[in-house]
This record gives sequence, C-alpha cells and structure tokens, in this order.
Amino acid sequence: MPGNLINIRNLSFGYGDELLHKDINMEFQRGKVSAIMGGSGSGKTTILKLIGGQIKPKSGSILVDGKVVHEQNLSGIYKLRRKMGMLFQHGALFTDLSVYENVAFPMREHTDLPENIIKDLVLMKLNAVGLRGAYKLMPTELSGGMARRVALARAIALDPDIIMYDEPFAGLDPISMAVICDLIRTLNDALGATSIIVTHDVAETFSFADYIYFIADGVVAAEGSPKQLMASKLPFVKQFIHSEKDGPVSFHVAAPSYNSDLAL
Amino acid sequence: MKSLINFFEKIGYSVTSRIKRLGTATRLFFLILISSGESFKRFHLIMKEIYFTGVMSLVIIIVSAFFVGMVLGLQGYYTLQKYGSSEAIGVLVALALVRELGPVVTALLFAGRAGTAITAEIGLMKTTEQLSAMEMMAVNPVGRIIAPRFWAGVISMPILASIFSMVGILGGYVVAVIVIGVDEGAFWSQMQANVDFRYDIVNGVIKSLVFGVACTIIALFEGFDAPPTAEGVSRATTRTVVTSSLVILGLDFILTSFMLGG
Amino acid sequence: MDKIKFDAWVGIFVAIGVISLLGLAMKVGNLTSNDIRETYSIIAHFENIGGLKPRAPVKGAGVVVGRVKSVVFDTKNYHAIVKIDIDKRYVFPKDTFANIYTAGLLGEQYIGLEAGGDTTNLGEGDRITQTQDAVVLEKLISQFLYSKASEEED
Repeated sequence: MPGNLINIRNLSFGYGDELLHKDINMEFQRGKVSAIMGGSGSGKTTILKLIGGQIKPKSGSILVDGKVVHEQNLSGIYKLRRKMGMLFQHGALFTDLSVYENVAFPMREHTDLPENIIKDLVLMKLNAVGLRGAYKLMPTELSGGMARRVALARAIALDPDIIMYDEPFAGLDPISMAVICDLIRTLNDALGATSIIVTHDVAETFSFADYIYFIADGVVAAEGSPKQLMASKLPFVKQFIHSEKDGPVSFHVAAPSYNSDLAL
Repeated sequence: MKSLINFFEKIGYSVTSRIKRLGTATRLFFLILISSGESFKRFHLIMKEIYFTGVMSLVIIIVSAFFVGMVLGLQGYYTLQKYGSSEAIGVLVALALVRELGPVVTALLFAGRAGTAITAEIGLMKTTEQLSAMEMMAVNPVGRIIAPRFWAGVISMPILASIFSMVGILGGYVVAVIVIGVDEGAFWSQMQANVDFRYDIVNGVIKSLVFGVACTIIALFEGFDAPPTAEGVSRATTRTVVTSSLVILGLDFILTSFMLGG
Repeated sequence: MDKIKFDAWVGIFVAIGVISLLGLAMKVGNLTSNDIRETYSIIAHFENIGGLKPRAPVKGAGVVVGRVKSVVFDTKNYHAIVKIDIDKRYVFPKDTFANIYTAGLLGEQYIGLEAGGDTTNLGEGDRITQTQDAVVLEKLISQFLYSKASEEED
C-alpha cells in the first residue's frame, strides 16, 4: 500500500525545560529506507524512542499506521511494537541466552508456533544474516559485528513492517560495514518493510538510502534524496557531507577572547 | 557565610533526592507485585533465579554459620562458666542464632553476595540496553527479569537463615561438647526446654522473610536505577550493600521490639 | 540440559532448608512435646498469681502436663481466674491441689498439680477448688521482719 506508514507532526520534546526537538515534521514512506542524520547529541536516537513509544512527546504527535503512539494504553503500544523491529547500537542481545534462543525469543513470546517450526524460522533468519553456523554460541562469544547481525536476525524475527536501526555502523570494520549495508537494503526490499536508520555515517548511508533527514539545533535542517543533498547549497549540509572541520558547526566552543584568557 | 548556605543546600538536596528514590523504589515494588502473575506462570524463571541467589550462596552461609556457631560456643562457655552455668551453653547458642544471628547475619551475607550480583546484573542489562530491547519487543521486563529475582530472593532467604541457624548450632555443639566437654545431654535438653517453636523459631523465620523482601528490593532497585555506565553500576553495587545492611539492622531492631514486647 | 541442572539444585536447596527447619523445630525447639495433642480446659481461682503468665507450664509430679491458657481478673470476688489447658492423656481427680511454684530461686512461675484421692475426675470446664497462691517476695520479707520484731519484743 502506498503512503506513509509513520507520520511525525509538530513534534516537540525535551528532558526538563530545554527542548531537544522543536516542532519537527517528518514522514516515512512505506517500503523506503530513510535515514536520520545529524551531529552527536542532536536527538536522533530519541526520535526512534518516541516512535516506539518508550518516551512521550511534550507536544505534537507521532502516528504509526494511523494510530497516535502516545495516546495508546499499554496493550495498544505492545500491539504497535509487534510490528516493529529495533536494532540497538551494540546489539543488546540477552547475554544469558544463546544465539538461537535470542532469535527465537520474539517468536516464542508472540506466536504459538510449535518448536520445530520455530527452529526452521530461526535458522532461516540466521541464514539471511549469514550466521546460521553460529546458532549454538553465546553472545559473549561473538565479535561486535556478528553480535549486531544476530540482533538484526532477532529484529526481523516476526517479519516486522518497521525496522529501526540505532547507529548500525558504529565501531565496525569496513567488511562488516559493507555486510550490514547490504543486509539493510536487501531485507527491507525482501520484507517490504519501512526502515529508519539513525546514523552519522555519510558514505555508507548515501549509497543505499532513499530519503535523508538532517537534524540540527532541534529542527530538520535539510531533507531530500541523497542526490538532492549532494547538490545542496546549505552550509550545514555541505559541512556534514564533505566532512569539513569548520563551518556552521564551529570548531571552537564558546569562550571569552583568547587574549583575555592568556592575560590571566 | 556562603559555604554555610552551600552546606545546607547539599543536605537539602541529598534528603530530597533520597526521598525521590524511595518513591521510585516503592513504585518498582508495586510494579513487581502486579507483574508477578507473569513470573509465576513461567516458574522455571524463578527456579533459575533461586539457583543463582540461593544455591550459590550456600557455601558462604554454611561456612560462616559454622564459624559463628563455634565462636558462640567458645565465648559463651568462658562467660557462663564464671557463673557456674556452663550447661546453659546450648540454650545460649541456640537462642542467639535462632532469634538474631541466623536471620541477621544471613541477610547481611546475602546482601553482600547475592544482592550485589543482582544489582550488577540488572545494571549491566540496563547499560547494554537489554531491558530496552525487551520493551521494544513488547515483553514486560519487570515481569520477566525483575519479578522472578524478587521472588527468588524472598524464597531463598528463610531457607538460608534456617540452614544458618542449624549449622551454627552444630558448630556450637562441636566446640562445647566435643572440644570442651560440656555434657551432651545437658546441651540438648536445656536447649529444648528453653527454645520455643512459636516464639523463637517462627519469629526468626518471619524476620528472615522481611529481610528477604527488603534486601532483594534494594538490590533490584539499585540495579534498575543505576546510571547506564560502568562507574554508575559499580557505585550502585556499593550502595546496595550499604543500604541493605543499614535497613536490615534497623528492621531487626523494630521487629525485635515488636516480638519481645508482644 | 541446563533446566535439569537448575531444578535439581534448587530441589536439593529447598530440601536442605526444610530439613534444617524441621531439625530446628524438633531437636532445638519443643514442638514434639507440646501443641500437637488434644487438650481439655479447667479453671482455678487464685487470690494472688504472682508472676504467672499465659503459656506457663502446668506440671504434675514435675512433668509438664499442660499450659496456662489465660489469666483474667474477676471483678465479682476480686480473684484471678486462671484457665488451664491439660493434655487429654492426663486425668486428675476432683480434689486436686493447684499451687503456684517458682522454678529455681528467681525463675519463672508455674502451676504444680497435686492429685487428691477423689474417685471422680476433673472434666472439661470443671473448677479446681483447692488452690494455693504464689509466694510474693515482699510479703515474705515483711512477714520475716514482723516475726523478728515480735521476737525482739519478747
């Protein structure tokens, strides 16, 4: 079905009195891979948490499949979450369960499937991420990249409509990065899902994302397809994309004049 | 003058933040009670936690109990002997253990061994976002991870306290009867005549149940509330031990005054 | 595999705990002797019960045969009414004496029952008519001083 699966309207959010997001509007179309980019601390991961209903906005609303997230009661939120799969930054695998048990967890929780079918499904998901041979291992025995792939298998265990990635490329070697890139795109198209990636990795993301949002100072500074943004004249976008040391995001933190500090 | 105001500000802040934490802990307690139905449906989760909190504490409990009992036997004998009442050593060891040392020392050891383990585990799960991940998979982490540990602690504590008392009495027996030579018959018979099941033993069990609730809740809360950093978790485990110890000793006084008065 | 290991160990753990508790109850406490048998109650009036408390032992020939159930003050004749629960195995004749003794020199007080010769026995709710009050230390001392003083006079 065409159209937007997720709509963010006039969202404002903050911890305490300061606002992290000021009146933000975003849309995520079905079947597309979208990215949210920005500097550290700009509130990108918080948007994922708001979509998932883990925190409530101060004003504005987030609609998932037509339903306002923060107005749902607990069972409503749980129903929405069953359509979502989230990949946390370092995997967040359950350390007391094996790889197999981790991927089987959502299936055992939310379906009544018999064990032999679950086994087939688990191995299928692990195969999709290339880790079928590791199903007996414990999370502590996996490398960072492998753990993240298992977490991805777990995130897609129930074939979700929305897959969210929190900094999926952070701390990975180039090979693992290429693997994850490929998986994000392939899985999205294979499952017909809508993927949202929070990242600050320009090169990788621009190679496969359909639409990109830039967040800075609590507002959407720029948005568009990778091609549009490469051609953008906005100074902030140019600084980010071309990895420039200085620009709208200045090199120096606010400080009194150098002379006055030296005179001290 | 300014430093004086700062001093009062600091006191005020620490009092209000402690009260806030007490409120959060109480809320966690009620959440645990509400989610407990889930954890009892999956009783094997509780069983697993009883293994980690109770069974793994057996060694330290039994060894400590034996030494405590032996010291009681030794000290008690040398004091009673001055008043010609050395045959009351059995009574002394039994009452000291069953009424006080069993529940209290067990609780202190439990807080140090199992309590810190629980805090560290939950804190680590929070730091590595495992609790968030579970929430995002539409599974309630309180019912699945926190509540089973709570019930495991409450179930394990009286069992450990009874074992402590029994092993301690055996330790006292070894020192008093076997090493020193107090009459074996007098040891046991005086004990039986003066230790009452309802008032001494049952009260001891009640105490250990109360301590079990307190220690486990404190351990769970500190882990749940810890800042998600390595330093935060390590400070939380220290707080677990300190808070648990103070609460145990305070509750012990309150319970003892109720029990002896009534 | 792991589940079996956990269950086994937890089972052992709980078993050890129950054994300890039973051991404490039986060997250390006094559960075996009391509180399991059936009892019947009788009443005795005393003018002064001294330090007699509920749950104090009731002994016949030095053997514990029952416990004091309750102690109340009777406003009609200003006596203490003591209710005693006696083990159903033991019967006492109707003219039994009930005396309040002290265990040791300064110990707790208990009731000693001395059987009379009556052929009918006390039943449920019956009253012991022959009672002797507790010895109150102050009265003893004042008696002693009084007798000493009268000796001096003579």
